[in-house]
Amino acid sequence: TVAHQVPLSKGFSRQEYWSGLPFPSPGDLPNPGTESTSPALAGGFFTTEPPEVAVAEFHKKIKEAFEVFDHESNNTVDVREVGTIIRSLGCCPSEGELHDLIAEVEEEEPTGYIRFEKFLPVMTEVLLERRYRPIPEDILLRAFEVLDPAKRGFLSKDELIKYMTEEGEPFSQEEMEEMLSAAIDPESNSIHYKDYITMMVIDEN
Amino acid sequence: MNTPNLEDMGCGTSSATKDKKSEKALKAALVIQNWYRGYSARLKTRQRYALTIFQSIEYADEQGQLQLSNFFSFMLENYTNVPEKEPGLVTRLFGSSIQDKDRQDYLGLIEIPDSYCGPRLQFPLTFTDIDLLIEAFKQQQILHAYYVLEVLFETKKVLQQMPNFTHTNTSPSKEITICGDLHGKLDDLFLIFYKNGLPSVTNPYVFNGDFVDRGKNSMEILMILFVSFLVYPNDLHLNRGNHEDFMMNMRYGFTKEILHKYKLHGKKILQILEEVYTWLPIGTIIDNEVLVIHGGISESTDLNLLHRIERNKMRSVLMPPIPMDGDRAEKKNKLGTATVALGIRTSGSFSEQLTKQEWEQVIDILWSDPRGKRGCYPNTNRGGGCYFGPDITSKILNKYQLKMLVRSHECKPEGYEICHDGKVITVFSASNYYEEGSNRGAYIRMSSGTTPRFFQYQITKATCFRPLYQRVNAIESSAIRMLKERMISRKTDLIRAFQLQDRNKSGKLSMGQWAFSMENVLGLNLPWRSLSSHLVTTDKDGNIDYMSGFQDVHIQKPVKEVQSSLIETVYRYRSDLQIIFNIIDSDHSGLISMEEFRSMWRLFKSHYSVHIDDSQFDELAERMDLNKDGSIDFNEFLKAFYVVHKFDQLNKSDTKLA
Repeated sequence: TVAHQVPLSKGFSRQEYWSGLPFPSPGDLPNPGTESTSPALAGGFFTTEPPEVAVAEFHKKIKEAFEVFDHESNNTVDVREVGTIIRSLGCCPSEGELHDLIAEVEEEEPTGYIRFEKFLPVMTEVLLERRYRPIPEDILLRAFEVLDPAKRGFLSKDELIKYMTEEGEPFSQEEMEEMLSAAIDPESNSIHYKDYITMMVIDEN
Repeated sequence: MNTPNLEDMGCGTSSATKDKKSEKALKAALVIQNWYRGYSARLKTRQRYALTIFQSIEYADEQGQLQLSNFFSFMLENYTNVPEKEPGLVTRLFGSSIQDKDRQDYLGLIEIPDSYCGPRLQFPLTFTDIDLLIEAFKQQQILHAYYVLEVLFETKKVLQQMPNFTHTNTSPSKEITICGDLHGKLDDLFLIFYKNGLPSVTNPYVFNGDFVDRGKNSMEILMILFVSFLVYPNDLHLNRGNHEDFMMNMRYGFTKEILHKYKLHGKKILQILEEVYTWLPIGTIIDNEVLVIHGGISESTDLNLLHRIERNKMRSVLMPPIPMDGDRAEKKNKLGTATVALGIRTSGSFSEQLTKQEWEQVIDILWSDPRGKRGCYPNTNRGGGCYFGPDITSKILNKYQLKMLVRSHECKPEGYEICHDGKVITVFSASNYYEEGSNRGAYIRMSSGTTPRFFQYQITKATCFRPLYQRVNAIESSAIRMLKERMISRKTDLIRAFQLQDRNKSGKLSMGQWAFSMENVLGLNLPWRSLSSHLVTTDKDGNIDYMSGFQDVHIQKPVKEVQSSLIETVYRYRSDLQIIFNIIDSDHSGLISMEEFRSMWRLFKSHYSVHIDDSQFDELAERMDLNKDGSIDFNEFLKAFYVVHKFDQLNKSDTKLA
């Protein structure tokens, strides 16, 4: 058998993934481009102002997000925090897509730091083009259901670990532990995914 | 319930189906991982924002503290304008009571009752006394004032023998441990001693300032550190921090802790503590290579001068030297004669104070912060000291043939941080400083020729760890609460700023306009756009209803009839007023007379350009005179001004119903 590993960059097309899951017919599918479940992502982002003002607002928002991680106040951030910054701005790139983005904003000879001057134009375009839109709640639920074909309503701890650390873009041990600490029901050692999703969504709202 | 799956139906063996299944699983896994990483990143960002809020507000408060310093200078320079009946006030404010008391003056007349079952120290102190104290404090016992005074007195005596900078050496078999700010968090000190061993001849320590204030066990920490110092004076090194300052203690909690724990002898303790602070060394130099100081440096830092000055003349950051330069000789004479006339002993006869240059050098050491930007700039966040860049670090380190600067003064999420190309290390030892879960603490172990090693820890009350999202929620709510209280204390100014931009009087502003006004009035340098969802409501067009920010908080009006703007002003300046009051109330009785209260307010008002009608204030004061005996219990007065959070009230009523 062929080991299915998603090619790390261009192959990840959102529409393709979501349509690969057992969905109701396409007509019922929410358009991933516009709706977003979290007000943190939607609130005040796309206004009815003319484009120039919108770009200026994007610039300010990007600057704010960047500055929070600019510990030395010298317009640079550690490259390892760039992913966090991009995601804090409401985008959800895959690890592969993130890799590509970092390559775009890095210096020709990577220094381990990313400068704001390079980050700003790239990030502005990402926001303007509405790239890397986040995953809607119901699609997330479907994904869990795919991993639970017996429709028990939960995944065992071992099952979740197996999928998250062996498939797709595997979790690091730290990521796995972090997810488990909030998701797991210690009595049954399982993850009741519907409750988990609801809890996370409430937390962000 | 049996839902047939593909395998039962006999399709499982076909490799094509297997591939299809695993492809679906792969895609599902990707979706979940993608979502989780986004969620996790947003969580970390929320944590960061909360820390930024805490830090900005903390520094803004410190700035307020230094502004108070200007107020005192202003008062001292202008006291000749103070009407005749006020000299009592000025005397109390600036009368110095530094006398060379001896042991008997402090300890005589204090008796330890037989009923006292706390720790009893035996002088001369030995390591068993250190153990004794630690065990006692673990059981939350309080050391009797007699011993406190004895320790302070002995500590002062020994410190007086020490130079401004302690020079010490390490060897491969004798590493030294450096700890940063503890701020009264006793559990962190216990943890450090547990992990790293008690101080001894073979286990030397440097404690880099800020032992006290904020946490609730500043006294216990001080006692453990001072006793350890008396037992091992050549192996336990103490550096002065900006909080080892009797005026800072008035604002940031240590004075309150002392007066609460030591109701009878607190005043004596405060008096001698003030002096002990001034004798703490300015810094430590390890192996002639590593400079350990509390804050930082400036481009003009002169270590030779700092080695020479009489450090004990630095009483407080709030008491800068009175100007004495040539072309103000007139004023000086006026001050001089008048000083004598009023019989005031000021913060020196002029020979008892540092020169302006010396004073600033010490401020730089205690208050500065490193930054990435090259050069040296005034530290506007804190209001004192400066921001120094990597070029400044190189310049000063090279000038004195040093290799590294270890400092503290700033809370770091990981407990430590390295910057300026490895030349500057910040170490901070109070974990969960702002809130449970806010940050780790750390300490450093180093010896000559080896790379420093870092040890991190985090005290947690809960026996099982709470998941990350709950911890983040907790510090986020706490930070937002503080921010809202800030907003409410500047409500009048904020509304004015908003209305200036709101031409149509629609009650709404664009995000950009709102963020601009917020920063303009509050000056906290915060990411307003990202925080807006927590503070105000936004309509579907992305416009902000600016009044919504004040909806669920208000300042409790102690007296209904008084104007909101007055309430707001008192609330906003309550820390400053508290300090001034503490100084006036020199016998720490908690009461001041109406007259003193009024004159204090008048002086304060003119310096801070506060536009409040005197009559309003008088009315408030009358109504607050709860005993109707002409005196005001100032702590009660201040307590009456507190911020009410709507949701606190709702929760309270919920529990009533339940």
